[in-house]
Amino acid sequence: MSESQAKSQTHAQPHDEHFSHHVRRYLYVFYALLFGTLITVGASFIPFGSRGANIAVALFIAGGKAFLVAGYFMHLISERKMIYGVLGFTAFFFAGLMALTLWSFADFPPHTITH
Amino acid sequence: MEIPYTTEVRKDTGLYNAKVGIWLFLASEVMLFGALFSSYILLRVGAVEWPYGWLNIPLGTANTLVLITSSITTVMAWASLKMGNFGRFKMYHAITLCCALTFLGIKSYEYHDKFIHYQVDLKDGRIVDGHMEENNKDEIVILGRYAKNMHDVLDLHERKDLAKPAPIKIERSDIAYMENYGPWHNTYTAIYFTLTGLHALHVIGGAIVIFYLWAFGGKMWKSDPERFTNRVEISGLFWHFVDLVWIFLFPVLYLL
Repeated sequence: MSESQAKSQTHAQPHDEHFSHHVRRYLYVFYALLFGTLITVGASFIPFGSRGANIAVALFIAGGKAFLVAGYFMHLISERKMIYGVLGFTAFFFAGLMALTLWSFADFPPHTITH
Repeated sequence: MEIPYTTEVRKDTGLYNAKVGIWLFLASEVMLFGALFSSYILLRVGAVEWPYGWLNIPLGTANTLVLITSSITTVMAWASLKMGNFGRFKMYHAITLCCALTFLGIKSYEYHDKFIHYQVDLKDGRIVDGHMEENNKDEIVILGRYAKNMHDVLDLHERKDLAKPAPIKIERSDIAYMENYGPWHNTYTAIYFTLTGLHALHVIGGAIVIFYLWAFGGKMWKSDPERFTNRVEISGLFWHFVDLVWIFLFPVLYLL
């Protein structure tokens, strides 16, 4: 065993319990994601009154799943400020892109938006 | 010359450099897929009719479950290294790679299904829609149904009360035009292939990096385990992003 590897394993011992706790959390997130997928499929067969409502429900569930993946698997719930800064800019420009997209709906003739 | 900040944290960012790099890259990826989602919305809203039920929901669901599974094995591989267990890292990432191949296999099957699916416009005005069974010099055989017009073609897929597709023999001289369901077929197939194709390229890219770390990472693990663990974390962040994109692609393309 090399010196650095031995150092790493010695270093790893105190972390074992800490990471076991994390591993349990990852498993709960995994189960939640599996459940979320089944809910997404099930909800798509339930008529919520309009196609728009079904889209809203599906995107809401997808948003929840995305939060779990980004928050726990990508560790965004406990990241450094700089990452939040980068993602803040991204969220701003993404929201702007979507706002422009929705704004352009005004250019469609009345009663032509059917999907 | 040694590359700085591969393991030690920079004072100004509070992070090692690769982590800053991957998050900047992922930010650009968000805008790339965001632009495509925006295109999808505009194409769909602007279309006179939009097909429903053209994709296989059980296969799409299976692929979603496969990617979620690969996400947990990726994070478990990283956690294994943090706990100093290289053997477990190898096992978890072997599962990740199997998941990646399974995802691509299912996607290839779905693509193949679209490429053998034909819309055949007959000279008498009717349309035959279904999968190509035989393609001979004088005739073709389609396993499908007749439709009166394009609306019926879209409706064929939405209606569940239709009879099972039957083989339809068509003389080539009776065909006015025929085309498969490739990206060129209509707006829907164009955006479907663009979005899923770009996503599949990301899966391939991520899988190649994970395979490299899995197959050749042992040397660096022995010489510089912390740096290797950071590399696995970076590749994992990319992989989770690929999963995250699919979480939105699946309902948008398959279910709605």
